Amino acid sequence: MTTRTRLRSSSRVRLVRRFLANPPAVLGALVIFLMVIAAIFAPWIAPYAYDAQKLDYIEKPPSAAHWFGTDGLGRDMFSRIVWGARSAVFVIVMVTLVSLTIGVPLGALAGYLEGWVDTLIMRLADILFAFPGLLFVFFISATIKPGVTNWARASGLSELANSGYLDYAVVILALGVVGWAGLARLVRAQVLSIKQREYVLAARALGVPTRRIITRHILPNALTPIIVAMSMSLGDIALSEGYLSFLGIGLQPPAPSWGNIIAENAGRYWRQFPQMIWLVFIPGLVLATVVFAFNFFGDGLNEALNPEIEK
Amino acid sequence: MATYILRRLLWLPILLFFVSLITFALGVYGPGDPIQVLLGLRASPETIERLRREYGFDQPFHIQYLNYVVNALQGNFGYSLVKYRDQPVGVLIAEALPVTIQLNLVAIVMGVGIGVPLGLLAGLKRGTWIDLVIRALVIAGISLPIIFLNPVLTFIFSRRHEIILTALNLKFSIGPLLPMVQGYWEGIFSAKVILPAFIESLGIIAVMTRQMRAGMIEVLSADYIRTARAKGLRERVVIVRHAMRNALIPIATILGLMLGGLVAGSFLVENWFGIPGVGQLAFDALLSRDYYITMALVLLIAVAYVLSNLLVDILYGVLDPRIRKAT
Repeated sequence: MTTRTRLRSSSRVRLVRRFLANPPAVLGALVIFLMVIAAIFAPWIAPYAYDAQKLDYIEKPPSAAHWFGTDGLGRDMFSRIVWGARSAVFVIVMVTLVSLTIGVPLGALAGYLEGWVDTLIMRLADILFAFPGLLFVFFISATIKPGVTNWARASGLSELANSGYLDYAVVILALGVVGWAGLARLVRAQVLSIKQREYVLAARALGVPTRRIITRHILPNALTPIIVAMSMSLGDIALSEGYLSFLGIGLQPPAPSWGNIIAENAGRYWRQFPQMIWLVFIPGLVLATVVFAFNFFGDGLNEALNPEIEK
Repeated sequence: MATYILRRLLWLPILLFFVSLITFALGVYGPGDPIQVLLGLRASPETIERLRREYGFDQPFHIQYLNYVVNALQGNFGYSLVKYRDQPVGVLIAEALPVTIQLNLVAIVMGVGIGVPLGLLAGLKRGTWIDLVIRALVIAGISLPIIFLNPVLTFIFSRRHEIILTALNLKFSIGPLLPMVQGYWEGIFSAKVILPAFIESLGIIAVMTRQMRAGMIEVLSADYIRTARAKGLRERVVIVRHAMRNALIPIATILGLMLGGLVAGSFLVENWFGIPGVGQLAFDALLSRDYYITMALVLLIAVAYVLSNLLVDILYGVLDPRIRKAT
């Protein structure tokens, strides 16, 4: 037992060392860390409430009181962006959880059992893939939203229905429902190759139950590509949330989301010179930086976990 | 190979059945009644009832769906319910599709024209700062959100720029680099196509660069490259004739896959630049619950996706004889 733990920890140290040797990846991790901090401590970091308006102080440039200026309704842009980090982190975490809980078991079952189960699950994934990307997400979120809202009203949760929290649920469901298919394919391919290994055969010969073989012997060994794929998709989730909100199907104003902050201001201010810098450029740059960070982080993680790829 | 193609083609109707069923269910059970959207809030219940009957919305789901399929098989994909009142969906799509295809073609040409040379360079100069810069640019290209690029690039390229050289006491201004008016589409031979096509091509550039770089690195370490060098061939010949050709095979595959995407417009780009393509049509339809349009578009894109996947598999065999033998 002790040798095993020591082996593990030393491989972990090597992993961390390889990751740290990659400056862009470290920078990405740092940005992500800052974003998570902003998300958790938003109420304490943001100097104003995200929806507090100063009607006599609109479209003002950045100053000591308002670091990123104020928007057309006199709201502090810095506070809105900090609160936007909370929306983004929440959506990213939840969507990842949803697609993991659907995609990993289905992919593992398909790969392990093969036969008709495999066909059924993979054809289902095929059908999802045949739907045109974001269009399907828009379609789903536009479709389930009134249903979810009505359900909340009917169950006496009209408070909830009006609060805007349901918008999060809709965005998360829509992105998660679409996101699992790629993951399932990946897990299936991994399971197909791992289950041919001797130790799985040995476990099966010993009479270990299927569920235990999958969860204890196969999945842990398929973890690396799953982690890499997930880390690569985090940036995409942040982007999709932004796009949904931009199109008015995602989080609704005044809820702060980077997508709808950009959406609110882009159409109106893109041609007004100084204003567009803090109303469109800065929030856009924040979203871009975060997506950038996730991509670098994913790349770095990939290289650290699979050193043989690059070397 | 023939049986393989046949099997794949047989899968197409099944896939279409499921895709259409899901879309139809989402449309029918989905939000808001198109009739309600059409008539507004003040319509009397009698009018709503009459129109519902007229459009056949009062019938049970399976009858509605069957009617839809029977009509669709005869080439009638229904009518626009709301925005383009009573125009056949087929006509609307026939108007939007060429626009989107043209825009995407320009984007693909840009993507390949920029991405392949970049990837080639990065692969050849692997590990140097050139490689590093190209890879960083690629990640930047896919990270910059379209909703950010749209306003910022439009702003930069449509404004009069003043260049002030204080030291020389010079000041001159250049006019807008790309004179563009939003809400206007003049076809692909107008300067206005450059910006939207470039924004759409960023993703393609990233894919092409990555693939070409990886391909070059893999191919350059192959035995036949060493043989070619050992024979004393000039480096240029080795790279162009032996390495590049093989590295281009996966590029052809990706291009094939992109053909399917040709018919899918990008909402974000088309909406911003006022391009009357498929993306714009889909977006309008989605927002006004005009679900016959959405359905037809989803079906169209699904067919394109399946066919382009099939094409890629066939193409792969044609380009690489080793694969042909294996199947």
